[in-house]
Parts: sequence; structure tokens; C-alpha cells
Amino acid sequence: MSGGVKPVHFDRNAVPGGKGGEVEESLYEVRRKIYSRAVTGWFAGWRMSLVILTQLAFYGTAWLQWNGRQAVLFDLVGRKFYIFGLVLWPQDFIYLTALLVMSALSLFLFTAIAGRLWCGYACPQTVYTELFMWIERKVEGDRQARMRLDQAAASPRKVMLKATKHALWVALALWTGFTFVGYFSPIRELAGGIARFGLGPWETFWLLFYSFATYGNAGWMREQVCKYMCPYARFQSAMFDPDTMIITYDAQRGEQRGSRSRSADAHSLGLGDCVDCGICVQVCPTGIDIRNGLQYECIGCAACIDACDQVMTKMKYPTGLIRYSTENAIKNRWDGARILRRMFRPRVLVYTSILVLVVVATTAALMMRVPLKVDVIRDRASLARDIGEGRIENIYRLQIMNTTEHPMRVEVSVSGHEALRDLKVRSERESFEGERDSHGRSGVQTLTVPPVSTTMVPVRLRAEPGQDAGRSQHIHFLVRGTPDDGAGNTFESREQSSFLIPSR
Amino acid sequence: MSEFTSGFWDYYIGVLTVVSMLACAVLLKMQSSRKVASDPDKTPHVWDEDLQEFNNPLPAWWIMMFYLTIVFSLVYLVFYPGLGSWKGQLNWSSSGQYTEEVKKAEAEVAPLYEKFAKLDLAQLAADPQAKALGQRLFLNYCAQCHSSDGGGSKGFPNLTDKDWLYGGDEAAIKATILNGRNGIMPPFGPALGAEGAKDVANYVRSLSGLAADTLRVTRGKDVFTANCVACHGADGKGNQQLGAPNLTDQTWLYGSLEPVIIETVVKGRNNAMPAHKDFLGEARVHVLAGYVHGLSNTGGAAPPRPGGQAAAK
Repeated sequence: MSGGVKPVHFDRNAVPGGKGGEVEESLYEVRRKIYSRAVTGWFAGWRMSLVILTQLAFYGTAWLQWNGRQAVLFDLVGRKFYIFGLVLWPQDFIYLTALLVMSALSLFLFTAIAGRLWCGYACPQTVYTELFMWIERKVEGDRQARMRLDQAAASPRKVMLKATKHALWVALALWTGFTFVGYFSPIRELAGGIARFGLGPWETFWLLFYSFATYGNAGWMREQVCKYMCPYARFQSAMFDPDTMIITYDAQRGEQRGSRSRSADAHSLGLGDCVDCGICVQVCPTGIDIRNGLQYECIGCAACIDACDQVMTKMKYPTGLIRYSTENAIKNRWDGARILRRMFRPRVLVYTSILVLVVVATTAALMMRVPLKVDVIRDRASLARDIGEGRIENIYRLQIMNTTEHPMRVEVSVSGHEALRDLKVRSERESFEGERDSHGRSGVQTLTVPPVSTTMVPVRLRAEPGQDAGRSQHIHFLVRGTPDDGAGNTFESREQSSFLIPSR
Repeated sequence: MSEFTSGFWDYYIGVLTVVSMLACAVLLKMQSSRKVASDPDKTPHVWDEDLQEFNNPLPAWWIMMFYLTIVFSLVYLVFYPGLGSWKGQLNWSSSGQYTEEVKKAEAEVAPLYEKFAKLDLAQLAADPQAKALGQRLFLNYCAQCHSSDGGGSKGFPNLTDKDWLYGGDEAAIKATILNGRNGIMPPFGPALGAEGAKDVANYVRSLSGLAADTLRVTRGKDVFTANCVACHGADGKGNQQLGAPNLTDQTWLYGSLEPVIIETVVKGRNNAMPAHKDFLGEARVHVLAGYVHGLSNTGGAAPPRPGGQAAAK
């Protein structure tokens, strides 16, 4: 960030007074509306593709079905996240943490390589602003037409155009809000609810809230969100270094800027390549002049690159007067190969390796995730029960969670130190279907846990402790679950607990 | 403590709150602009050769939001409590909101309990929904003493056997839960002496066929007849009216070993089951009683349901 910073807003609001005197300067200003000019070109094409891609995914995914339910649904009330074949429980929160770690590292990595790529191409603020500006352009026309319209006195035409624009904006915003809520409340039922005017209070609130946020941020706030509200905008700037690719005006080549006729020889006039047409300023969605160097307002959208390249082509000059380059490259006149070599600097390599590590670890953890979870809760008040003839009973509650979408047959058995003779799961309770001995273990109990649900079973352990058994013995519950999905996979969960023996 | 109950402090807090909020507004106004040198060449602050301080103004709507929060607070304080003892126009209180929510939740579950109120205990025990509901109630309110499986522990009766202290029919189970029970065995230590207690303990053990000293059994029978039959009956089979346990079976509330029985005889026992009537209400107790009934009456086909009105839902 050093070097290229030049005064931009120098005393913009200062009222000239007497030399050496003092004037009152406001620390707040009324926003000046930015009329950015439409732009086409290589980078605009990339942004448009990303807009289409992300929005197809966002608006479309909510409607996909899977196993007779919505494919992607974040059921906050039921505390289950459904993502295609995966059902995540609150216990799986670690995966959300991993996702956030991956997102953060990706942001670091891409920012270190090429600046605010996220801001310029994929951030919802950019994407929706792009969509809203597209509507605005279709209705009101391009930059000049919009400026004329805003300056014109009120007329039926002006009212018509403004009303049309806002109606389209509101429609898009409502659809966005509806889709967003549709990820948390099944979208098909939500659609039915709207048709019948039968939405719940929270559904209504969030639908309108999210719609309003879309309409306000993409229609009215626009670059102000990035300038004043977004924390990422600011801390990405702190991740730049002199080898980060940023959108740069090549001042060495461009200056002395000035207009000239297409046939004139710039060199003989003492001019650089910049024809000072101002197109780069007109297309900028944040209203800055990239020729003043790197500025915190720049969201890295590369609209100025596309615009300038078109002008350069018309002037028959080489393109790239404004281009992706690094601070070092501009200073030392490096070529592309040199910039690319600098891309593999330690910082980038460290970010990449940590990111790869986290991705691999998370993927492996997801693949090896056991869809059967067991919590063992000892009864706290009655620690042990003497049932005579030297036999002791301990009582536990087993919380058995079946996270698959099929009923699961579950076997519960127990193992412990040999001092606990004849250790058995004894449960005459109707939750269990009866005793079985198919695996050579004694006292195996089976039950069926319904799909995506939790079953709580009280379990009695009965044993005849030998003299060498002590007061407390470690035991393990072994819970084996077989989902009824035809695949025949069996999952195991081994939980430790203790068996208490009262004093004799 | 009198200084804290004085009405002065209400005004103190109220005035302080309002003055603080107005002071915020004044501070905002004062900080919205600054004095700078009118000569643009004379920038006041320069660091590290070329790093200068400029004014990058925030948008005007930004500071308006600060003013709006002050307006919001003032409006809030009119409607909600916050200024000393001022209750607010809406007369809102956290306990009032709690009561409202409880009332709403009760109204929501009422139809469910109404449906179950029509079933008897055996039907409840066979209804999966009632059983699930009963189990949750049991685990919340009963399992602390009676264990998660209802098997009880020392001093707390086992609910899974067919042996009942006060009776196992619908009326008795519900009366136990609703009104609680207080089973008292008075201490007989002073009356019987150490030898007498030991004798009667041996006799009691012999009633359920446990090993006992024959001589003491004979002596203990006389002690028993003189002191215990009033509650436990001449045959030792107990009395469900009083909650006096049957001494002839293998069910022991505190234990069957001789020293334990002697302790019971000498020191007496005082066993309390708390009343749940005010706490849970009749409707919940009915469902809970169904669950408890089901603990000891398992197996057998489910009884036919009247008109199928309790079809599993």
C-alpha cells in the first residue's frame, strides 16, 4: 500500500478562507450518486459468468429434491442441516467451523495473489448491484441518459421509468428474499403458503427483511456498503504486498496524459499513452480515478481495464495501460513471467498448504463420519442398586442418535473388566425387542431407531463383582447400528462409562 | 437499606438516563465537524515523510442513524420500564411475558392431554404417543429418585415390579403422584432394646424365608405381635391403607441384611414422596400414571380402544 497513495479527497469540503485562518470542515457529507457507465470486455464477461453461475446456484438449488425431501435445507427448528445425502446434526458443528476456516484461508490466498478478487467478481453485494444496475440500464438507459433523467423536471415519462425500475427491483428483491427463506423453511411449502397468504410470522419477517436488505443494498447503498460497512474490504487491503496483483494504471507509460487526435504522434507532442478520456472514471462503480493509484475504495472489478483497453484499441495503441500488475512489476518494469514467479512466494505457499491440509482433513472426516452417535448418561441419584445374592445393578440412559435417513437396527452390548463377572445388559423394558446372543456376547439387546431421530433408552447393567473389583470399574458400551438401506454397512460406537459398586 | 428504597433514587436514575442520552446528542453534534487551516498547503499532520491526515467524510445518513438511535431510546423509555419506577405505557414486565407464554403453551398442549384424559391407564400404557410423553415426564420429574428405568434405589420403591406399597390401581397411583405420600415407621429402639430389635429382625427375615436364628425367631415373634401387627398385620403382609410394606416377600425397600433391618427397627424410617398436584396438574399426572402403570404391566395384547379415537398419530 505504500508509495502509490496520493491525496484523493483533499479538503474537498473546505471553504477557502483567509490565508492562515481556520475554517469549519464537516466530517460528514451527502453522498454523491455514481452513474457508472456500462462496460463490456474480457473481465466484464468473467463477472457476468460468475453472476449467472452463482445466481443459478442460489435460485435453483432450493428447488432440487433428494430422497423425497428438499435437497438443501437448513432446518433450524429441527436442528438438522440437510445437504443432499448428508444430514448434519448440531454435534457436527465442527464442519461449519472447518468451512469457515476454508473460506477465510481462501480469502487470504486469493487476496495475496490478486487482490480483491472476491469483491470484484463473487461477493453478493457486487453480484446484486450488477443485477440491479442491469435492470436500471434496461429501463433508464446508460450513464448519460440516467444523468439527464435525474436532472430533468418531473414528467409522466420520468415517473413511469422510475416506477418501472423500482417495481422490477422490488420483484427481484422479493424473489431473492423468498429463495433465501426457502433454504430454512421448505421452499415448496413456502410457495404454497404465499399463495394462500398463510405464512408464519417469522417467515414473513425474514422474507421481507431479506428482500428489503437486497433492495436497499443493491439499489441504493451500492458502493457505500463496501466503503463504509464491509470489514472484509478493509482487512483485505492489509493482506496486499508489493507482489500482489492489483489493478494498476501504468503512470510511466500513460503520463503526460492529454487529448490528441488519432493521427497525431504522441511522442512529438510530449504526451504519454493516456488520452485523458475519463472513461475509466465513468465506468468505476465506486467513483474513483484509478490513475491516482491504489485506493481503499477500489473493489477490483477491472471495469476500468476493459474500458481503457477499448480506447487503446481504437487509438491503435497497445492495450494494458490499466492492467493487473504488481507494485514491484510496475516499478521495475517486470514482464509477466517474472510476476508469475513472484506468485510462488512463501506467503502464498503457506496459505496454500494450510488450505489444502484443512480441505483434505475435512473431507476425510466427512467420509469417515459415523452416522450413529451415542451418549451415555449415568443415573446420578441412585448410583448402584444391590439386588441381592451379591449382584449389583447400575442404571444408565443411552441417547442413541441415528443420523441416516433409514431406520437403524441397533445392538447394545457391554464389556468390562473380568472382575465384573457375568456383566450383562439387562433391560426388560419394552424399548428393546428382546435378548439375542448371535455374536457370542451375553446380554445383547436390540432395538430400532427411526430415521433421523434420537431414541433414549434406560439400560440396566447387572454384574456380580468379585472381591478384586474395587469401588468403580471402567466399562464400555458397544453400540452397533445397521441402517436399513440395503447396503448392509454396520457402524460402531464405543462409549466409556463406569460401573459403581457400593461398599460391602 | 432505607436509602435504597427512597423514592429519590428513582428520580436520580431517570434524570441521569435522560441527561446521558441528550449528552450523546450534543457530543455527536460537536464531533460532526472540525476546525482546519484554510490554507490547503498547510496540512496539519504529516508522518513518515508523505503520510498525511485527510478528511474522508462519512455519509450523512451514517450520523443520522446515531441520532435515530437516541430517538428510539427515548420512545422506548416511554413505552417500556427503564426510567426509575416508571412502568412504561405498555405495562410490560418479564414475569408477565413469562406467564403469557406459559398460558399459550398450555393452551397448545391442552387438546393432546384432553385426548389422553379419556383413556384408562392400561390404554395409556399401550399408546405409543402417551408412552413417549409419559417417559419424558418420568425422566424429568421421577427418575431422580426412582431411577431412569423406574427400578428405584435404596429407600425409593421399585416401580417395575408388581409389589405396591399403597396399591397399584389407577386411583392409588394417581393419588400417590397428586398428593404425595409420607410413610412413617416409628423408632422402636427405646421400647425394644438391642436384644429385642435383633430378635424381631430375625423373625422378619424368617417371614420371607431368609436365614435366621431359630431361638431369636421364637422370641421375635412375641415382640412382633406386641409391637408391629398394628401396621404390618398379624401375618406380616402389610397394609396398603397405611403404606406398611409386606414383610413376607423378597422386596426390600432398604435391604434385607440383618443389620439393615435392625437399623430400621431401632431408628425408624421416614419416607416422603412429594405431592405433584400443583406442580404438574391433573392432566399430566394422568399420563404419567399411565406410564408408571405400564412399567409393571408389560406384555399382553393392547386392550381395544374405544372407537379408535386414540389411533396412533
